[in-house]
Amino acid sequence: MSAHETVIIPKKELPANIVRLGWALTLIGLALVTVSYLTDAQRAGFNNIIGFTFLASIAVGAVFFIALEYIAGAVWTTPFRRVLEFLGMLLIPVALLAIPLFLNLHDLYHWTHADVVANDKVLLSKSPYLNEQFFTIRFGIYLLIWGAFYFIFRRNSMKQDLNSDQKFTKKNIALAAAFIPLLAISISLFSIDWLMSLEPHWFSTMFGVYYFTGTILTALAVTTYFVVVLSEKGFFFKGINENHYYSFGALMFGLLSFWAYIAFSQFMLIWYANLPEENFWFISRWQNGWEYVSIAIVLLHFWIPYFMLVSRPSKMKPTVLKNSALLLIFSHFLDLYWLVMPTYSDTPVFSYYELAFPILTVGLIIVLFAIQAKKYNMVPVGDPKLQRGIDFHL
Amino acid sequence: MEKKLYSISAIYHSPNDIVRAAAAVRDAGYTKFDVHTPYPIHGLDGAMGLKETKLGFVTLAAGILGAVGMISFASWVAVVDYPQVIGGKPYWSWPAFVPVTYEIAVLLAVLGTVGGMIAFFFKFPNTSHPLHDTPYMKKVSADKFGVTIQSEDPSFDEKKVRDLLKSTGGEVEAIYYTEEFLNFKPNTFDPKFILLLVGISLATSAGGYLYWNKLLYMPPFDWMMEQPRFDVQSQTEYYVDGHSMRLSVAGTVARGFLPYPYKLGDKADSVGKYLVNPLLPTKTTLDLGKKKYLTFCSPCHGNFGNGDSRLRGQFPNPPTLHSDKVRTWPDGAIFHTMTVGQNVMPSYQYQITREDRWAIVNYIRTLQRAYNAKESDLQ
Repeated sequence: MSAHETVIIPKKELPANIVRLGWALTLIGLALVTVSYLTDAQRAGFNNIIGFTFLASIAVGAVFFIALEYIAGAVWTTPFRRVLEFLGMLLIPVALLAIPLFLNLHDLYHWTHADVVANDKVLLSKSPYLNEQFFTIRFGIYLLIWGAFYFIFRRNSMKQDLNSDQKFTKKNIALAAAFIPLLAISISLFSIDWLMSLEPHWFSTMFGVYYFTGTILTALAVTTYFVVVLSEKGFFFKGINENHYYSFGALMFGLLSFWAYIAFSQFMLIWYANLPEENFWFISRWQNGWEYVSIAIVLLHFWIPYFMLVSRPSKMKPTVLKNSALLLIFSHFLDLYWLVMPTYSDTPVFSYYELAFPILTVGLIIVLFAIQAKKYNMVPVGDPKLQRGIDFHL
Repeated sequence: MEKKLYSISAIYHSPNDIVRAAAAVRDAGYTKFDVHTPYPIHGLDGAMGLKETKLGFVTLAAGILGAVGMISFASWVAVVDYPQVIGGKPYWSWPAFVPVTYEIAVLLAVLGTVGGMIAFFFKFPNTSHPLHDTPYMKKVSADKFGVTIQSEDPSFDEKKVRDLLKSTGGEVEAIYYTEEFLNFKPNTFDPKFILLLVGISLATSAGGYLYWNKLLYMPPFDWMMEQPRFDVQSQTEYYVDGHSMRLSVAGTVARGFLPYPYKLGDKADSVGKYLVNPLLPTKTTLDLGKKKYLTFCSPCHGNFGNGDSRLRGQFPNPPTLHSDKVRTWPDGAIFHTMTVGQNVMPSYQYQITREDRWAIVNYIRTLQRAYNAKESDLQ
């Protein structure tokens, strides 16, 4: 191992056309969202849930990976931690996107109707948990947990840039240990609150893990895409090599296999027992055209990326990584569409309503990333682990 | 036996040295060389210029074989060989086959990897290698790092190789071998050994067959099997109703479980005269009675039967056991009271066994005698 030169990474502005694209997408998305809310508030609301949980996936997944790096003492992710720290900022749009949902709660969740609940034994027994007050309080608690930990992690990491003090790493390790169990509980309840309660009679104990797996997979895919593109365009230091790429690919491969394992387990148990109070959820996703969406998810979320990433050389190829990351991001969106929309419509629907939130989401990611990349270092220059992370070798 | 040169080797003292040496050997254009280290070293495969191993294809083939084989087997069993309707589902319910297919695919992939490694890469059954039992191998499997360039390399030249290795700082030595050593094979496929294995397996199977299928059905070994008895819950032609299990005769009483003939409300002194104390007041029965009295009776009745409860008024105090009424009762009346209860006193027949209750009666009699001792007792 020859001696390395000290890495100096200046703050970098993203190319102006990318930033302009981000702003354009954000504005188009906002306009489409406004139009769709004005024309069909219910349909817009269901799409809002998809966009909202999708953004939450990326934001919370990014915070999870920050915590994971600290608690596991991981070295190879350190050079890329800033990408995760930038992506965590999406928690702000998550909080904002919840506002229209709270205004339209009655159109979306039928357990919010007091008269329906009063005549329904099952909903009545669930009402101590599923009521609007507790629902709102819970959402506040989730945001508080995620936001507080995210901003402290981030603040410590930014301070470290200035003085390279190792005590910030130690602080964040202790915080990460507290954060991970809290995250496990909060993200499970979050998915139960916002996604599973769309069908308040249905239940699956696997559901929290299902959403959580999709969450961290998507956050990793977004991070991978950013890292590969940015390093190809020269926004990172020279020295990112196939060992780093392989680690991203292997982690993505492992998580997508885990997602398939969880998804299949949830399906198989319900299919096998065939209980009427559980199986209607899958039956409604296997008729009137929804079966094609279901098959598409199996292919796009598992089989195709699985074979894209299965071999060792393919995990090191930047093009394969970029394509599979984009595919996984898309299929998580499709997965959320598949989770949410059957409640709204018996057949799959697609129109500008469904496009509004994806456009807004992509725009927001680019804009928030660009703003922060301009202001902060793209690499945690003060982290004591940085040099080891750059020299990382499998 | 003629000694042949196998290779020129060099020993190094640090992992950095060996990585540098491997790179130097690779750059010099040698292809037939190998590096030995006591533990895996990062980056060595790159320094040696090794290509990707082909073992992955063996794993893939074995995994596909496992998956295809298992799903075919499960389908054949469920559809052709033993079709059964389970949970109202079609015979060919493929989701049920997924977990087992996955498991078998993983299992066969793992076994195939190990097997393929042994068969294709370790060249089983030949277990000899010129490096075995050399001082070089002893060093590199302890704390040294070695590189060895084989004489069969196309560009092998002993002097050049020695110079190259010396220039990288290694301690150079030559390794020789004999044909005899190299071609030594363990006698795994010796006909005699195979015959022995076949003989042992035949003998074991034959013994097992004889034991399970013949011997167990021959007298005297069939005694345990062929007992003159009916198995529980089996049918029989012996009894008219076809049941092998019989009901007990009406009025049958289990040993030690004679039902108590009197009930709550029967007057203690009127039924008491029909009950006879079966126990003699020996030291054994009195000790037993004392122990049981102190356990069950004393909390309310007091340690000496004075009715001085130690429950501090949480339960009504019973009257003394030294009253004329209790003293003149027959033994049976006290026994009856203990058995069925009286007023707020509950029945004790399930807490205290029959014999223990009689022993308590004897102990109460002793207490009463102690409080009302006769003149003769004091002498």
